[in-house]
Amino acid sequence: MKINSVKIISLLFFVLSAFYLYTAYQIQVFSFDEDSPFNAKTFPIYLGYTGMFFAGLKIVLPDPNPIEVSPKNLEFKKTILLVLTMCVYGATILKVGFFLSTSLFLVFAYYFLGERRWKYILVFSFPFVAIFMYLLHGLLAVYLRDPLLKYIGIMG
Amino acid sequence: MIEGILIGLKTALSFQNLLMVMIGCFAGTIIGMLPGLGPMTAIALMIPITYGFDPATGLILMAGVYYGAVFGGSTSSILINAPGVPGTVATSFDGYPMAQQGKAGKALAIAAYSSFAGGTIAAIFLLIAAPSLSKVSLSFRSPDYFGLMILGLTAVAAFSSKGNFLKAMMMCVFGLMLATVGQDTLSDIPRFTFNTMNLSDGISFVLVVMATFAMSEALTIVIKGNDPAKAAKQISMTELGSIKLNKEETKKMFKTIPRSSVLGFIIGVLPGAGATIASFLAYGMERNFVSNEEKEKFGKGSVQGLCAPETANNAACSGAFVPLLTLGIPGSGTTAVMLGALLGFGIQPGPRLYETNPEIFWSVIMSMYIGMVVLLILNLPLIPYIARILAVPRTFLIPMILFFSVTGIYLMSFNNFDIFLMIGIAVIATILRLYDFPMPPLILSFVLGGLMEENLRRSLLISDGSWSFLWNRPLTLSIMLIIIFIVSWQLFKSLKALKNA
Repeated sequence: MKINSVKIISLLFFVLSAFYLYTAYQIQVFSFDEDSPFNAKTFPIYLGYTGMFFAGLKIVLPDPNPIEVSPKNLEFKKTILLVLTMCVYGATILKVGFFLSTSLFLVFAYYFLGERRWKYILVFSFPFVAIFMYLLHGLLAVYLRDPLLKYIGIMG
Repeated sequence: MIEGILIGLKTALSFQNLLMVMIGCFAGTIIGMLPGLGPMTAIALMIPITYGFDPATGLILMAGVYYGAVFGGSTSSILINAPGVPGTVATSFDGYPMAQQGKAGKALAIAAYSSFAGGTIAAIFLLIAAPSLSKVSLSFRSPDYFGLMILGLTAVAAFSSKGNFLKAMMMCVFGLMLATVGQDTLSDIPRFTFNTMNLSDGISFVLVVMATFAMSEALTIVIKGNDPAKAAKQISMTELGSIKLNKEETKKMFKTIPRSSVLGFIIGVLPGAGATIASFLAYGMERNFVSNEEKEKFGKGSVQGLCAPETANNAACSGAFVPLLTLGIPGSGTTAVMLGALLGFGIQPGPRLYETNPEIFWSVIMSMYIGMVVLLILNLPLIPYIARILAVPRTFLIPMILFFSVTGIYLMSFNNFDIFLMIGIAVIATILRLYDFPMPPLILSFVLGGLMEENLRRSLLISDGSWSFLWNRPLTLSIMLIIIFIVSWQLFKSLKALKNA
């Protein structure tokens, strides 16, 4: 059996299914429901076994057309930076507020993806977010939490 | 039926709903045009917006986006040979050669007229088929529904996975696993919440759709280093040529459209088949129907070669609404997203939708006609201008998609946890995409998970825990036999491929 990335993913899925099955057996059901033909853990238990069955087949059966993605052709650095920027954005959006966190997210995301024309970067970040906020908050009355703008007195 | 049509027309022709169809078609065209972003992404991005509307308006907007995205997909296929959606791959076979011959305008016009004709004819079929099927499906019971859902998942896995049946089945199971997170609907017992309050309500459908489509498609474009704008720069948007068709070309289209529409609609109704298979089959069928002289032109800019797949893929889009509206079971990933959105509105599609919410049922059908007209009279003349969106560099495009995805979830929950969960699922989906694990089965099973469990629960309780409900009724037995046939056929194909390798 030749090991390739798809088989490794299938193995991980097999482990996930096994963990899911174990957790399904741990679900606490009401005592009167314990011997019922169907309770809260019945469906998850079937799912766990089904997941292990299909993942097991994928691991055991040889792959006629294996897919190999060469890491050289992938832009890991940009992708990781982008994901990290999103995480920081997600962490700050409630505390810092929508306007500043979103605008900074856009600035960094444009920059990390290779944009260097600062005129465009600035136009499509701060003013863009301000217009978007006005449309949402001002016209459509959608609530947007922004402690910073509230503190300054721009938002009510 | 006449009364229903009038109710539908009244709802669909209200100012707000007309505006929504136009916005939907326009936004859908723009998003669908961008290579890599399909109708599911377009609809996913619209869902948070629709929650502020009444259900009919929300669904009309999404239907408009759907048609617009399919139309937009053909535009990028024709202009830059980069199909926005798999359903328009066959369009590029003859559309792109026509564009290279300086007939891009003509190719776009053929695509638009064919889409219009295919969509309109199929909407008439839908008008006739949906109410009749609704009445028939009232006799369906829980075991039949359970069987139909398994059939839907198996068929989608079989048809959408391009030979990767086991990968698609793994994705189905993964989607069902995600659907079981949260409190059990009947007993309120927490499952897979790991004592976190954030998971007690389960994982939001919008979150999963955004993560597996909008976000992961954007991340896939970044990690693969593709830039759609580079290809777009090769063509001059102002030199698309005339959009007028001559008599001979129109005559050819008149022969192709009826047969491709019928084929497309039938394929669209079948669970899992959808627009991609419909367009390829229509292309192949048309090649057999034409004269030997015309056959030679296929792949080099044939009018019929372009007209057939375009007609069929739009007819299939309308056909896909039949199982959704009549049985409440989506037959494709896109209609699964629509089902999720409907459930979010508190509406359960199915045979009773026709009686309980006639305004939704009929207005969706009516808005399809309106959507087709909008696409024809609004989008076609504007194509040279809309096509400029293809030249937007990914440095701006990708952050915007990510921004709309994060904002969509933020506006729904105001919770950091949901944003982190979405990023996590998106990263996993991106890795899975790199290795050709299909995403539509995941979404379909995630949406159907709750309904499947509910119907299995009822069936097992009625039969006192015995699995004999699978073969007690002739209808359930027939469905199960079809499932066994599909699974055996797929496994046989895999083993045959192994033998050949």
